[in-house]
Amino acid sequence: MNAAGSLPAWAALLTALCVLAGAGVTFIGSFGLLRLGNFYARVHAPTLGATFGMGSILVGSAFCFSMLETRPIVHEILIAVFVTLTTPVTLMLLARAALYRDRTEGSKDVPPAAAVEEVIPRQEG
Amino acid sequence: MSGIVPYPLLSAALLVLWLLLNQSVSAGHIILGSVLAVLASWAMAALRPEKPRIRRPGAALRLLGMVLFDILRSNLAVGRIIVRSREPGVNAGFMTIPLELRSRNGLAVLAIIITSTPGTIWLNYDAAKGTLLLHVLDLVDETVWIRLIKGRYERLLMEIFE
Repeated sequence: MNAAGSLPAWAALLTALCVLAGAGVTFIGSFGLLRLGNFYARVHAPTLGATFGMGSILVGSAFCFSMLETRPIVHEILIAVFVTLTTPVTLMLLARAALYRDRTEGSKDVPPAAAVEEVIPRQEG
Repeated sequence: MSGIVPYPLLSAALLVLWLLLNQSVSAGHIILGSVLAVLASWAMAALRPEKPRIRRPGAALRLLGMVLFDILRSNLAVGRIIVRSREPGVNAGFMTIPLELRSRNGLAVLAIIITSTPGTIWLNYDAAKGTLLLHVLDLVDETVWIRLIKGRYERLLMEIFE
């Protein structure tokens, strides 16, 4: 990034602030993976990085490159849209797989799959 | 019109995507992007998905603003739990919410909203009973979460999609 030298100081500071805030929030999220107790609670932690962390870093990036090229650079919006559409799919898949496993093992900590038990006798009869 | 462009919203979104990716609004890119968007919407039509009807674009914008605000707020809440709490996740638990929303598109949007908001995750939707199983990180008072999901999101989603 040789062009970064032509960035005015206030713009560089603002960019740094956005990127650091995003990185900080993402770090807290990752730290949550370590601190939280069980699998379901841990699933919540990385969403910090996927929402505010991502948003803040992307705002920093859009601002920085808009200043450098003196025209609005907004394709970061696409990254935000794709991350927002795809992370929930992964998280739900992981959480549902864990729920399925716990139910199969007969764990008492998860709510039982009441609906399935009701539907099966109806299909047999 | 709908014969050539079966999904006008999808085509428009794809065209915007193309222009954003290429960082250009030149005539060439608009023509190429339009052709691609129409071709893609034909491919989509072959899958015959349920056609979303967005009745109230204003309500959709209001929902977007509301969700962005709530995501920011729950980022702070979850961050505080992780950093400050002595025993983080001690209040975590499952809860069931009865839903009146039946539109598939509405449910898909609700699933994305709930899962991408830190602190709540969508686990299972029972279509026969219309109940939703959630896992919530800070489950002190169930009524707060029911009011949030039913009062804030579900009502607006029903306005938009039903």
